[in-house]
Order: sequence, then C-alpha cells, then structure tokens
Amino acid sequence: MSSLLKITDLHVSVADTPILKGVNMEIRQGEIHALMGPNGSGKSTLAYALAGHPNYEITGGTIEIDGVNITELEADERARLGMFLAFQYPVVIPGVKVADFIRHAISNIRNPDRKEGEGLVGMREFRKEIKARMEELGMDVEFARRYLNDGFSGGEKKRMEILQMAMLQPKFAILDETDSGLDSDAVRVVSEGLAKLSGPEMGVLIITHHERLLEYNPPKYTHVMLGGRIVETGDASLAHDLHANGYAKIRERHPEAAADNAQAEAASV
Amino acid sequence: MSTDAPEKADVGVGDYQFGFHDSTDNYEFKSRKGLDREIVGQISEMKNEPGWMRDFRLRSLEIFESRPMPNWGGDMADLNFDDIFYYMKAAKGQERSWDDVPEDIRKTYDRLGIPEAEKKYLAGVKAQYESEVVYGSLQEDLAKQGVLFTDTDSALRDHPEIFREHFAKIIPPEDNKFAALNSAVWSGGSFIYVPPGVNIDFPLQAYFRINSQNMGQFERTLIIVDEGASAHYVEGCTAPTYSSDSLHSAVVEIVVKRGGRFRYTTIQNWSSNVYNLVTKRAMAYGDSLMEWVDGNLGSKLTMKYPAIYLMEPGARGETLSIAFASKGQHQDAGAKMVHCAPHTSSRIVSKSISKDGGRGSYRGLVKVEDGAHHCKSNVVCDALILDPQSKSDTYPYIEVEEQDVAIEHEASVSKIAEEQLFYLMSRGLTEAEASAMIVTGFIEPLVKELPMEYAVEMNRLIELQMEGSVG
Ligand SMILES: Nc1ncnc2c1ncn2[C@@H]1O[C@H](COP(=O)(O)OP(=O)(O)OP(=O)(O)O)[C@@H](O)[C@H]1O
Ligand SMILES: [Mg+2]
Repeated sequence: MSSLLKITDLHVSVADTPILKGVNMEIRQGEIHALMGPNGSGKSTLAYALAGHPNYEITGGTIEIDGVNITELEADERARLGMFLAFQYPVVIPGVKVADFIRHAISNIRNPDRKEGEGLVGMREFRKEIKARMEELGMDVEFARRYLNDGFSGGEKKRMEILQMAMLQPKFAILDETDSGLDSDAVRVVSEGLAKLSGPEMGVLIITHHERLLEYNPPKYTHVMLGGRIVETGDASLAHDLHANGYAKIRERHPEAAADNAQAEAASV
Repeated sequence: MSTDAPEKADVGVGDYQFGFHDSTDNYEFKSRKGLDREIVGQISEMKNEPGWMRDFRLRSLEIFESRPMPNWGGDMADLNFDDIFYYMKAAKGQERSWDDVPEDIRKTYDRLGIPEAEKKYLAGVKAQYESEVVYGSLQEDLAKQGVLFTDTDSALRDHPEIFREHFAKIIPPEDNKFAALNSAVWSGGSFIYVPPGVNIDFPLQAYFRINSQNMGQFERTLIIVDEGASAHYVEGCTAPTYSSDSLHSAVVEIVVKRGGRFRYTTIQNWSSNVYNLVTKRAMAYGDSLMEWVDGNLGSKLTMKYPAIYLMEPGARGETLSIAFASKGQHQDAGAKMVHCAPHTSSRIVSKSISKDGGRGSYRGLVKVEDGAHHCKSNVVCDALILDPQSKSDTYPYIEVEEQDVAIEHEASVSKIAEEQLFYLMSRGLTEAEASAMIVTGFIEPLVKELPMEYAVEMNRLIELQMEGSVG
C-alpha cells in the first residue's frame, strides 16, 4: 500500500500572525504535485509547517501520514517518518563536514532505534553510495569533505539539497524553489536527478516559479496558493497556463484571498 | 566504562564523569588548613630544599599577603584562603612503574586512561596527585639524548644550575597575587629541558589530579626548549566533585630559544567546584614558534591568559583557545601577545561556548612595544551562546607604540541559530545531536590542530557537556 500525506484544514501562524488559513491537500507516494502562487502567498510557510519548524505554529487542522497525526511531532521525528524538505534557503553549518552530517542523518533515518554512538552506516558502503549519488548529480566528490553549505554558491547549495534527498530517500519530499538560482545546465541536472529519484516510492511537492523542473517532472496535480489558501487545483496544464499568463485571472476569481495576499506582501516589505 | 562507572557525588554535577574520589586515610602528610609562614616553612622542610628557595617562598608569601584581590575577571568572593589545604602528600615518592604506585591512586589513573595512553602514543608521562608527582616516565632514547623530564622538585635538587637560571625569571612573584601564592607554596609540576636540535615526535603528557576536598594544588612548571629543538607537552586536569571549593593555581614558565618549536596543550576539565587561576607565560626567541592550545571545559571560575613574549625577530606566537562555560561556570580566558622585537608575528584564535547559564569571556591583549616595527598580529574571537540564560563578553585590549605594524581583530557572537538546529533536525538528527554537531563544528578549526587522540577526547568531552542539556 502506498503511503498518504494528508493535510486537513491547516492553519499556521508565525509570530502570532496567521499565514495559512485552512489548507487541504493529499499527496500519495508516487505522485508529483506542483504548488504555485505569487510571492508571499504562504508556500514556504506550508513547507516549513510540514517539516516541523518550531516557529511555524500550527493553530488548527492536522497533518497525517497514513492516518498517524504528526502535527505535534518534532522535525527529526517527522524526518524519521519519511518527511523531507529541500530548503529554499539552505542553512550554512560551519565546521560540519558534509559527509559526517549525511552519514549521521541516514543512520538515524534508516535505523531509527539506534542508540547514540552505535549503528552508524558502515564507512565503506557509505562512501560508495555518496560517491555514486554525487556523480549522478554532477557534483565534485570533494564537496563531501567540505563544511556544510559553507561558501557554497547558490546553485551548489541547491544541489546539496538534492544530494541529501537522494541519500535520505524520503517518502515525501517538498522542494521549495529548488530550481531558482540555478543556471540552465544546473536546472537540467537537478530536474533529471529528481526524475530519476522520484518514482513509485516518493511523493513530491514541487514549489516553483519556473517551468523547467515541471517539464522533466510533470505534476499530476497543480495547486495554486493565494493569501494562505489553496484556491484552485488542476492538472499539469494549470501550471503551464500560470507560467504563460500569470496570476491576474486567479486573483480576479478569488478576490478575498487576493486581498489577503496583497496585505501579506505589503506587510513583508 | 559502564562496568566501572564512577560513583557520582551527591551534588548536582550533571554529566561530569571524573567526580569520583579516593580515601585520604593513608596519606603520607597533610598540612593543616590555612596559610602562614609556618605552613610555608613546613612545605620547604618536607622537601628538604636549599635555603634560597625557602627564602624565596617566604618573600613570595609576603607579596601574596600584601596584594589585593584582582577587581576584574571573575567573582572570587567565595574563595576563602583560610579554608584550603596547601600541601598534601599522598604517596611516599615518585615511581617509575605503575605497579609501585599505591593502588587507590593507580586505579584513579587507570580510570583516567593514562597508562593506556602512555603505551600507545606518549613519549613520557608525569602524574601529579595532590601536591606531588607520584609517577614519572620518559622514553629511554630521549633520556639518552639529554632530554630532561622530571617533576620540578627533583629538578631543583638534581639540576640546580639550569633550574636557578630560569626559575621565576619569566614570572616573578611580583607579577600578580596568584603568581605570588604559587611561588610561596609551589609543589610538583613538570620540568622539561630539550637539548639543542632534539626533536621529540610524540607528546610529553602531564596529568594533574586533585583528590581531596578543599585542596589547593600549586604546581610549578618550567620548560626550556633549546636552539632548534622541538616538543609538544600536553596537560590534563580533573578533580572530584565536592560541594566546597578547591583551588588550582599554577605557574608555567617557558623559554623557546632560537629556532625552537614548542606547543603546550591543555585540556582542563576540573570539576565545577575548582577555582582555576593560572599564570602561563612563554618567551620566544629568534625564528622560534611558541603555541598555546588551551581547552577550558571545567572549573567553577577559570582566569587564564597564556602569554607569549616575542623577544627577537622572526619569533612567532600562536594561541588557540576553546572555552566551554556551562551551568555555574565562568571561563574568563584569552591570550596575551607582547611584540618586543621587529618582524615578529602573532595569532590568537579564541572560541567560546556558553550554555545553561554559563559565562564565557574572552580577555586578550596584543601589545607592540616601541621599536617593534613590521609586526603582524591577527586576533579572531568567536562566541557561541546556546540559550538565553548564558552569556558571553569580549575584552580585547590593543596597545601599540609603533607605526609600522599590521593588527587585525575580528570578533563575532552568534546565538545557536534556530535555523541551523531546524535544518539539521529536518534531516533526522535529534535536538541533542544537532546542537552537539553545531558546537563540534564551531570548534572544529581548533580541534583539527590537536593530535588525533586529543581531538577525539576533546570532541567526546564536548559531547558529554552537551548531553542531557537540551530537549
Ligand atoms: N518567519 C517569519 N516571520 C515573519 N513573517 C513571516 C515569516 N515567514 C513567513 N512570513 C510571512 O508569511 C507570508 C508568507 O510567506 P512565505 O515565505 O510562505 O511565502 P512564499 O509563498 O513562499 O513566497 P515566495 O514565493 O516569495 O517564496 C509572508 O507575508 C511572509 O512575510
Ligand atoms: Mg517561499
């Protein structure tokens, strides 16, 4: 049976300001969903709330994986249940080597009951595995020895996110603008990489303002977020239409959400 | 470890694992508490010292008594000099075989892993227990090359000329109140002489252990690295956890002659009832390199600013300092670089971490004397604060009496970024693992300078400090 990520009437506040106002979505393992919407509409907020960021307070609704409510779980517990977020802005961790970090992370994910200091994935098999994944993503193997995201270019950081996804093999992956800030070759590599990695074992939510990533990874559903709500859901052609024509029609059809969004955008300037 | 877990003392000591202690019933000698001329005389007599040393001690006592307590640094209001034992001798003498060390004491060092480390990677060992060194070794080939590695009392007896030439020359008792105190009651410590051109590849290790309650440990270390010679000395320190305070006040004097290289590494892990007030100073001559690697993890209050005087052109000085201030701890640590000659260079890298209400202070001085042109100095200090209860401050002092110099100073303070924690946790690391990883990464630039065994030890101690603190 394929797993199901179910988001029901999700309300999220940041610093006591309500941002998400009742989001519903169902993602099955093996499905690709696109999430689009203008700046400030709440896409990243949804991504953070799903991954369990402590500053994104869930004030109503539920997130479930296969019927298990994960709304109260910490980020690491969610990760061990198969949740993964590729960050829009990956974080720099000085002094922590990529390889050490990923080895630790996959050990926790693959062996959730392991005790601290025990049961790390074997060094040799780990090296082999990470080397293979890095080659697939066109990354220099040297990166494994560097400090996590420290001094990485924007594009290198995004590739590092995909490398982590490849190694962690999550059930549900949220990609928050993984295609922005990449040159066109890099977009291709990342898009092809994702196409290879996704498949029947992974449900994917792609947050994007561009078309290329979706060309390689055609979504079964496209959701449009506006003012903290999903205002429309369609198929791949909806994504295509939005790329071609922008959000004007959507705003017209959903004036209330559009007003909320305008307010949020004004507030965030 | 789990089979032989040390019993924890009944005060809140968190995860400090060296808090166990031995019985003091079979000690050879204990002074009464408190400090006066009689006690000082008694120490000198016990040691059968020459008259000049006795006079030196008594003069130092007067200096100690005449000096006010420092009104800067840490809070010493609770430090009661009358409530301390200034001299304790636990064993008859210094042994060359662990088998001859009294069993209690030997077991303590076993627990601390010293004999095992000695077998694997050390060139020589000194183990000081309370006031006296109870065990000493040095690899035979080094002894044959003329290397001296003894306790300081033996050096006074067996090598009086070189001893007297250097003793208290770099840090005279007038230097500060605690240097005067040490000069009055000093006992034990290491004496090292490395002859010209001799390179010692493996570290010489000293291990300082306080065992009794209200103990004062005052070791005195004197190291002379002759021309073109090189060595690495490492000291570790632990003590039992008691509810009353102990005092550790060492003086360390070092001379690195022309073209010599010397590194002094400290991994200080006193229990959190120890005042650690230490004066350390090195003189580096032409084209030599002196390095302090100073890890401060334990103690209640540490005040320690290892100094390097760059005496001749080409001398280089480096201090790498890590301080970890946890609950109830204040680490007031730093470095001092004094450029006395032109074309000298210095570097200070300081990293402090504070958590659970701990306080980490960086206090440093870079001084360029008149005429010391073309000097370079680079100071970087970073502080990491793990929670809102904890504190960090920086007191950088720069005194320059010369135009043509290049001095750089950078300081940064970061809160453990929530974003960093979340990022790591979103990859499946627990909060404790994520914090430990961030802290380990923070000090990595320093830890990678340590020999492998000590790097592993340092990371392990940091992880212990981090455990149980979060979540
Ligand atoms: N940590 C925060 N603190 C304050 N406001 C926040 C925070 N995070 C999000 N917001 C606000 O929530 C709203 C939605 O932001 P969000 O980042 O989710 O938008 P987005 O759809 O991802 O936009 P973009 O396309 O620009 O990435 C914005 O008004 C933003 O300012
Ligand atoms: Mg966003």
